[in-house]
Amino acid sequence: MSEHPVAAWSEDDLGVEGRVLDVVRAPAQVLSTVGERVDPCSTESVQLAADLVATMRVSPGCVGLAAPQVGVSAQMFCVDVSEHPKTRGHHGTFVLCNAEVVASSRNEKAREGCMSVPDLTGDVKRASRLTVRGQLPGSGLEVEVETSAFEARALQHEIDHCQGLLFVDRAAGAHAIYARKTYL
Amino acid sequence: MSTDPAPTSLHAVTVLGHDRPGIIAETTGRLAELGLNIEDSTMTLLRGHFAMTLVCSGPVGGAEVEQALAPLAADGALTVTVRDVDDAHAEPAPAGRGTSWLLTVHGGDRAGIVSAIVGRVAMVGGNITDLTTRLSGDLYLLVAEIDLPADADAEGLEQAIDEAAAGLGVRATLRAAEADEL
Repeated sequence: MSEHPVAAWSEDDLGVEGRVLDVVRAPAQVLSTVGERVDPCSTESVQLAADLVATMRVSPGCVGLAAPQVGVSAQMFCVDVSEHPKTRGHHGTFVLCNAEVVASSRNEKAREGCMSVPDLTGDVKRASRLTVRGQLPGSGLEVEVETSAFEARALQHEIDHCQGLLFVDRAAGAHAIYARKTYL
Repeated sequence: MSTDPAPTSLHAVTVLGHDRPGIIAETTGRLAELGLNIEDSTMTLLRGHFAMTLVCSGPVGGAEVEQALAPLAADGALTVTVRDVDDAHAEPAPAGRGTSWLLTVHGGDRAGIVSAIVGRVAMVGGNITDLTTRLSGDLYLLVAEIDLPADADAEGLEQAIDEAAAGLGVRATLRAAEADEL
């Protein structure tokens, strides 16, 4: 059986060197703006995909980064939850363009943080079973990712970024936002 | 000769001021010595300052509660108030009426965000049942839990809040509050 195209994907497929970009913080307007759909095969998209991965790699504890977080209002994000202790199943490092949730179930509440809201964390209820459809950068191949648990949460967090939403927009209640006590 | 027990009174106690370990232990210890029962309480730090409100009940007068808590404020670092409250006005709304919502507002800090947004809620008869605001760097964040009357126009409220938020350059999100019945 061949490997899932998302799990098989690597940033090496992009063929360009990623640059480390500055991560923008709320209240930057770009974080509250719905991102533009992208052409996953364009030169700009390929470079942005490489940049997102490179920036994620150098950011301690970072398991995902969306284009609006580097100041680009676009529907693209990268994730890699493979090293996170809460991870069950995962698809390694990958980038998705124009991603959308096509199925979700089994909501669970958990604490989230975000590089763009560095001093706060919050309890957010999200689906723990998830199917996401999107396109891989470079090839433009349309893929569906079925996942669960922590990777599902990371994907929903990043898709929200692409729609101009932060985790605080989904806070589970008036007392579900906390001052961050530890920084990675 | 028999003595009737003193009627049960309800007191609202606030303790505000410089934070230090042991404030809650001392406050609740003194209330317990008076035989008071703590019915509801909330405590948090507001910009690092201790802030607690509690409602307690028992067969004790307000003056006696005030006297018992006076040592807490003796060094001037804390302010303590005691007020008698009327339970008749504190009945929860009957279940099954109206709808519950969560409102998040965030954006660049400026004066007037809270008043402008919650003013829209008040205009449709909405009742804020819980509210937190935080200032984190330049980011101002408000999260409110709201009860709307059954006949309130939630979509109209969402639009009014969006308009107010746009005028302030902030982002607002109004969502139905979910309760998972288990």
